[in-house]
Amino acid sequence: MAVYNLTINGKKQQVDVDPDTPMLWVLRDHINLVGTKYGCGIGQCGACTVHLDGNAVRSCSLTVDKVKDQKITTIEGLSANGDHPLQEAWIAHDVPQCGYCQAGQVMNAASLLSNNSNPSDEEIAGAMNGNICRCGTYTRIKAAIKTAATKMG
Amino acid sequence: MTLIKTSYNRRSFLKTSTVAGGGFVLGFSWLASCQTADPVKEAIVKAMPKEWFDINAFLKIGDTGIVTIMSPNPEIGQNVKTAMPMIVAEELDVAWEDVVVEQAGLDTDKYTRQLAGGSQSIRQGWQGLRMAGATARRMLLEATAKKWEVAVDELTTDAGIIYHKASGKKIGYGEIAAAANGMTVPEEIALKDPKDFKIIGTDRKNVDGQKIVTGQSLFGMDIQEEGMKIAMIVHPPAFGMKLKSFDGEAIKSMPGISDVFSINTKPEGVKLQWSDQGNVYPELVAIVGETTWQVMKAKKALTVNWVPGSKAESSADHEAALTKFMAQAPKEVARKDGDPTAAFNVATKIVERTYSAPFLAHNTMEPMNFYANVTADKAELNGPIQTPQFARPTAAALLGMTEDQVSIGMTRMGGGFGRRLYGNFVMEAALISKQANAPVKLVYTREDDMTQGTYRPAYKVTYRAALDADNNMTAFHVRGAGTHGSPVFADRFPAGAVDNYLAENHTKESNISTGAWRAPRSNFIACAEQCFLDEVAKEAGKDPIDFRLGLFERAASNPVGEKNDYDAERYAGVLKLIKDKANWNGASANGVHRGVSAYFCHNSYVAQVVDVVMEDNQPKVSKVHCAVDCGIVINPLSAKNQIEGGIIDGIGHAMFSGMTFQNGKPDQENFDTYRLIRHAEAPAEIETHFVDNGIDPTGLGEPSLPPIAAAVANAIAAATGERLYSQPFIANKQILG
Ligand code: FES
Ligand code: FES
Repeated sequence: MAVYNLTINGKKQQVDVDPDTPMLWVLRDHINLVGTKYGCGIGQCGACTVHLDGNAVRSCSLTVDKVKDQKITTIEGLSANGDHPLQEAWIAHDVPQCGYCQAGQVMNAASLLSNNSNPSDEEIAGAMNGNICRCGTYTRIKAAIKTAATKMG
Repeated sequence: MTLIKTSYNRRSFLKTSTVAGGGFVLGFSWLASCQTADPVKEAIVKAMPKEWFDINAFLKIGDTGIVTIMSPNPEIGQNVKTAMPMIVAEELDVAWEDVVVEQAGLDTDKYTRQLAGGSQSIRQGWQGLRMAGATARRMLLEATAKKWEVAVDELTTDAGIIYHKASGKKIGYGEIAAAANGMTVPEEIALKDPKDFKIIGTDRKNVDGQKIVTGQSLFGMDIQEEGMKIAMIVHPPAFGMKLKSFDGEAIKSMPGISDVFSINTKPEGVKLQWSDQGNVYPELVAIVGETTWQVMKAKKALTVNWVPGSKAESSADHEAALTKFMAQAPKEVARKDGDPTAAFNVATKIVERTYSAPFLAHNTMEPMNFYANVTADKAELNGPIQTPQFARPTAAALLGMTEDQVSIGMTRMGGGFGRRLYGNFVMEAALISKQANAPVKLVYTREDDMTQGTYRPAYKVTYRAALDADNNMTAFHVRGAGTHGSPVFADRFPAGAVDNYLAENHTKESNISTGAWRAPRSNFIACAEQCFLDEVAKEAGKDPIDFRLGLFERAASNPVGEKNDYDAERYAGVLKLIKDKANWNGASANGVHRGVSAYFCHNSYVAQVVDVVMEDNQPKVSKVHCAVDCGIVINPLSAKNQIEGGIIDGIGHAMFSGMTFQNGKPDQENFDTYRLIRHAEAPAEIETHFVDNGIDPTGLGEPSLPPIAAAVANAIAAATGERLYSQPFIANKQILG
């Protein structure tokens, strides 16, 4: 076990865990941020997507010892009042079915839009391809990303 | 207006407590978190109530007019948590903005059929939910009539307010709720005329939407309780194997690990329910510890000795057995009309094709999990389960308790698709909590989830059709087989539309656990049947839609046989609608190639036209046109979402997915080897049209899935000239290299 000082959603957090603990479980079990989801544990589904210094990463494949002073943002910290344009677009398009994959989808989309403010259909499909939605909400996700992109201008 | 007797589970409507005992105060955060029909930023229309009045099992009214409506059924993503309360709110005649939705726990005294399965929640809940709202409204009216000393029928309601036109008086539901709480439940109740619906038939957003997009705790996986430990199970690596011994001591010293022991979820003498059928690994090793990662590491380090218990089966064995069945007539026929043998003997042309598909895993995005806190005198269970009312008796029997000592809460589920009908994980969590003497959350890894499933069986079916010299279909023969159960529904279309008809079933027993998978059997047979009919139409030189319509005409005007499991006119109706909406003329144009398919299951009718374009010599689905007849559509917004989801799910599994086995061991255990459809493979556009007929509603969780694979395959055939007979389609390299 070792002590790590982390910055999560702008807040300093200290955890005492094994160095090989994936950030996914640090967030869920130690900091009680359960919005980040476990889907596969091997970087294949995207349910665990968070931002590391603003870029989407799979928290199941990022061990706590690699984080150092990089800032982590989770779905709970994406916006102060749940009003990020993507969150609003997700509601407007009534995207979720079961909802389990959606935090990861939103986080991945947020990273996409911060790098490419006006993605084409192909660019959306390409960037989002690592995020599985077992319920099949893909067409709505695409529409919601486009709506948010327009809003963010 | 329809007058109906309120005999339907009258217990639900009897007031559940008196005013004195019924009022209670809830914190503001609770209200804000539930009232999520709109983004939280939007002002709450009415103030937080100080007191609540229970009117019946489905609803309570706050003194400010806010209404809490219970959603009785499990929510797996089919959106009943929004739709069912909408039905109650409609008859209560309250503004949807004033409604707070709360998930009910299992309560068999108050509710009937708290089950998510067969797309039946709306269909079977419809009448009861309407009555719940209507009786409550009636009691509010009677209390008001008494107070104002006027006749009840002089009163009207709108959006939670009662009006007396003659005197100009009005009163909010919240102000009269206390008095209504003491009223007798009416014996008979008038329901609204559907043309007066204000909420049903309008787009309403998912009540949990805001919580979902902000990552709040909703799912079983998210449960955190004081003193709770994490538990995992280790199950045999292959079907047919069983536990011999394990070295628990070796991992007990690992950090955070508190307990390692074995459990048996099927001891002698415990009465099992149908929902326990998927439980093929009763003897398991359980590991209990502090955190998920610690338990995962201990699980990897554990040494277990497994020994063979029954025969190890491989996919090649299944394939061989199913193929053999295709050449054998079973001892009994499932259905026979006319004289099929004679008709095939005199046929001008016989079309014969065989279709097959592999096992499928459910792969709900949220792996199996459950929370259990078992103490000496009670068991508190909570988590994602589609069949709480069947899990409870087994859990009680296993724990040596009575059913009323066992409570089951329902969390929102990260998908169900049938997997969560089979609650082996509930039993495991309960036994682990009991033995560890601690509250535990049992968590499956993805690998656990995928390798001890209740899989969709592997299937094979052979069809034969006889055409006469005028290209009429004179005989139809279907013979199906599966690894546990045949996929054939003997009384479904085209039974009833053909003079000479024969349906036959074979089953190959297997020790690989199978169960219901979204639209059981239909998920395979619809594809096979609709691909086959497409080829028969082609052989007969007919347009595939007109060919089917001809059969429905026959089934409607002069049906063959007594028992045909569909309404030919509604079936034809969705085909006609899609023909019109998709501008179908049977031909390819501008590089767009088309296929059609239609199916009826779970009481709803669906027809689809798929547009395929060739990109880099590969067929790609560009658009899906879909027509649906599910009667009254409660919430068009989420109804469309369900239809789209079923379509993408159906395309995905037919195209890419499959589960195979070597000596009982699954070849796939995570998403690197088990391929699911992804963003780039989804159709760019899906357009859904509903038949507007005012018939009582039926469900949508399943019906759009079964036909879609055939519409895709038929469109690919139009594009490439090649037919697809085995799933996953992607394995057909010459077509989908
Ligand atoms: S849980 Fe991390 S990618 Fe699936
Ligand atoms: S909404 Fe269920 S997995 Fe995406």
